[in-house]
Amino acid sequence: MPPGFPFENFELEELILPSGDDMGIRSDDDDIKEEDIQTQSGFGSCLVIQNLPKAPEEKYEKLMTVVRTIASNMGDVRENGIYMPLDDATKLTKGFAFVELTRKEDVDAALLNERFANGYQLDKNHKLSFCRFDDFDKYAKVPYEYVPLEQVPYKQPENLHSWLADKLGRDQYVLRFGDNTVVCFNDGKRSRAEVAFQREYWTESFVQWSPQGTMLSTMHRQGMAVWGGPSFARLNRFAHPNVRLIDFSPNEKYILSYTSHEPVTARDSYTILINIWDVRSGKLLRKFEGPVDEYAVGSSAGPNGALKWPVFKWAGGRDDLYYARLGRGRISIFECPHMGLLGKESLKLDGVQDFEWSPSEPLLAAYSAEQGNQPARIVLIKLPERTEIRQKNMLNVSDVKLYWHPQGTYLAVKVEAWTKTKKSTTTSFQIFCVKDKDVPLEVFELKNNKERVLNFAWEPKGHRFAVVHGDGPRPSISFFTMRDEKSRLGVRELKLLDNRACNAISWSPQGRNIVLAGLKNFNGQLEFFNVDEMETMATAEHFMATDVEWDPTGRYVATIVSHVQQMENGVNVWSFAGRLLYSTQRDKLYQFSWRPRMPSLLPPEKEAEIAKNLKQYSKRYDEEDEQLIMQADADVLHERQRALDDWKVYVESRRDYAALQLDFKRELYRHRFAEKEFRIEKVLVEQVVDVKEEPYNTK
Amino acid sequence: MRPYLLKGHERPLTQVKYNREGDLLVSCAKDHQPCLWSSEDGRRIGTYEGHNGAIWTCDITWESDRLITGSGDQTIRIWDLPTGKELFQIRHGEPCRAVKLSAGERFLAATTDAFIESPPGIHIYNFAENVEDQRSTPVNAWTVPKGRITRIFWTDCNRKVITSHDYGILRRWDVETGQMLQEVQVHEDAIQDMQMSPDETHVITASLDKTARLIDIETFTVLKVYKTGRFVQSAAISPLFDHVLMGGGQDASQVTTTAAGAGGFEARFFHKVFQEEFGRVRGHFGPVNTVAFHPSGRSFTTGGEDGYVRLHHMDLDYFTTKFF
Repeated sequence: MPPGFPFENFELEELILPSGDDMGIRSDDDDIKEEDIQTQSGFGSCLVIQNLPKAPEEKYEKLMTVVRTIASNMGDVRENGIYMPLDDATKLTKGFAFVELTRKEDVDAALLNERFANGYQLDKNHKLSFCRFDDFDKYAKVPYEYVPLEQVPYKQPENLHSWLADKLGRDQYVLRFGDNTVVCFNDGKRSRAEVAFQREYWTESFVQWSPQGTMLSTMHRQGMAVWGGPSFARLNRFAHPNVRLIDFSPNEKYILSYTSHEPVTARDSYTILINIWDVRSGKLLRKFEGPVDEYAVGSSAGPNGALKWPVFKWAGGRDDLYYARLGRGRISIFECPHMGLLGKESLKLDGVQDFEWSPSEPLLAAYSAEQGNQPARIVLIKLPERTEIRQKNMLNVSDVKLYWHPQGTYLAVKVEAWTKTKKSTTTSFQIFCVKDKDVPLEVFELKNNKERVLNFAWEPKGHRFAVVHGDGPRPSISFFTMRDEKSRLGVRELKLLDNRACNAISWSPQGRNIVLAGLKNFNGQLEFFNVDEMETMATAEHFMATDVEWDPTGRYVATIVSHVQQMENGVNVWSFAGRLLYSTQRDKLYQFSWRPRMPSLLPPEKEAEIAKNLKQYSKRYDEEDEQLIMQADADVLHERQRALDDWKVYVESRRDYAALQLDFKRELYRHRFAEKEFRIEKVLVEQVVDVKEEPYNTK
Repeated sequence: MRPYLLKGHERPLTQVKYNREGDLLVSCAKDHQPCLWSSEDGRRIGTYEGHNGAIWTCDITWESDRLITGSGDQTIRIWDLPTGKELFQIRHGEPCRAVKLSAGERFLAATTDAFIESPPGIHIYNFAENVEDQRSTPVNAWTVPKGRITRIFWTDCNRKVITSHDYGILRRWDVETGQMLQEVQVHEDAIQDMQMSPDETHVITASLDKTARLIDIETFTVLKVYKTGRFVQSAAISPLFDHVLMGGGQDASQVTTTAAGAGGFEARFFHKVFQEEFGRVRGHFGPVNTVAFHPSGRSFTTGGEDGYVRLHHMDLDYFTTKFF
């Protein structure tokens, strides 16, 4: 008996399967009806060639060969697929032939092909014409009376940006736990989450938001699907069997999907397949296939020659114009929409190890390692012109990492260089000020340049950065600014925070605030720090937290205990200043992700104006919020009252049973039974302890 | 909150129980001596010596004159509660996991674990008023399909008993025939503890599936679910307010890092009807294995894996704060 299944008590005949073969899980394809196929006759793969020369019997074979050749140009011809009838009376061919191809698609293609569409000149006197076999039937069926077409009422598609128009200004996030996926509104003001959409078995592995938050993508065996709108209807699906990873272009025009395939023989390496699709139409635009070592080069290579995703990096800016990947000694840059190599050839850079696009424009920073006589180089290249706008050579380089500022204002390059003895490395930062004239270069080192630098992060929308450094178990965090009060360029240290239990730093997307977190081993210590005032706003703890995520507006922080930890999986939502708003517990929590927002449509001057006049604007919203909170309390009270009423009903229904038990007990215990048998009484007892007579001397 | 830390045991606690009048508290642990305490101030009155194995369970008679304990040394012993003298011993072939006196105390129900070849069993004994008349032979006994029994209660005017089991199952049995009347799986994992409501119409069950559930006694329908992120080892219903108390925590052997701040193991208070957590009481150094409310609902006791019993008397706030 196979282990595990209790076969002894199991009768196959008594097995009742759920009705239908969908196992109770609704299929997304239920709503799609297959259009009726026009050619029900089965002759869809037949076409008719007309205006053939009328040939006598002797010339029959020759004519047949000619027809066969023409037919083969359209597609594969079926066995005995050509029928050219002879007229019995005249003993000549009737002037037409029926050709059957193996594939219907070839017939369709042939009729669209410019060679055949307008007729094929066979010789001076005969211009062949082609049509489908079913066309005869189709045109015969056309009614003589004109029937005007029914006007299909316009079905308004849902607004894909509806969540941005939320009256309460709430952001959304998606939670994946157990078999469930839930999208919630984060109601920070009322300290709770409101479920916007929930579905079981929605994805087979993970979900991913598109970079501007318009769509949510789910993964399935057959490929991936994207969903959006307030009801999360399916917008499109892409067929890529066993897809493992996906990536969106920054403006959501394109989506890439990736699979890797096991090698056919033991000696070959894995081959990878990357498809690029147009998101809105679902059309497959381009494929990239090849052995994994062609793609896993330099920084795109993970451990054991595996591939680091994403392989293709997109250039910044408001349009999806270029994407590129690393190759050996070159960077291949492709242009949209035609998906071909930009300038028909790759950008040659000997020994290139890593590159990163600026997040705001088509500007590429690349690092090439030392090659023989050539020193290591960092180079900034403007596309599509391919002009080098800045470069820097470095010596004795051990490792380089590129950090672009989120708005593309600066590029920081962390360089680890060997000391003279080659026993240790010193770390220095080369900072390119990209938006300034002539791209000045600032070089700076920490006070102790031999110290290990653990992390580096730019302040979004600002000019500051934070460095986590230290060799001991509790590192230090230093803050620096690129510009002083008069906006003059130059790296200046602002503050050093010593000896912190921190292994992750997370800037708010609006800058100014940062969360210093000690995740996993540090047991979830959190410090909410304001960089303008250089003050800690609050310290808190989310025991066993594994991740920290700011919402896209920078108002709330979520700390998550994911399934990496066995127990206490859940999410805590805090205000930006470190006040705990609410927490949800979800067992087997696999994924948490805020819904991104589109970049602001306001020009920077308008944004600055709003920041200046914030008090005026906020007064109006404060009133609205007050009203909301009162309403919310009313809702909660109502819920609670209902729950209490339900409970009272239950207790009533059980009253008889309870009374019965009580009577039974009373009878059994008889005189010993008393419900309130004793009570504690405090009695004040005065006790004479001692009597003493003492004469009082008045003298 | 007036907490008393009672150090009477060297091994993890298994059950704490108040007597009917609430002035006495008995604690059972894996060391071999149950302890008797005064519940008002935590004074230890005495210990019961005689068992050779872990004490899994106990029950106290109506008049608080006798104590019945069930132990891993395969005996059930009846003690004179005030003096600590052992009055009677019922021997089994297996460890005894749960005991309960019927209403009226004419009968005693006891459950035994599966041991080597024998399956778990339920035994009904006559409980004699005069201990000389006490016999070791059960008036009825039957075995139970595989699955450790954790608690047993009498219901329906002593006609039936209900038991809680591993795998999250509750079962109802007819006392006279030993036939199983109903079986429902109410939890996804083992039920560690079950306690009755004061009016005996519903029970609360605590389970390793990280929830405690309120279940109607007659139909076994789940009325309420209280979710936590940790294993729930024990749960109790307040006799005074609409509150339930739950204790639990990650199994000691699974905790690899110590909790930040000692005493990370808490007893949690939930609102019975709204299913929302509203309070936590810290203090234990290990998972909380057993919880019990005083019959008046004005105090409660928790016993932990760390061997400590913590007795709490509620502050004025507990009685005056309105929930919403």
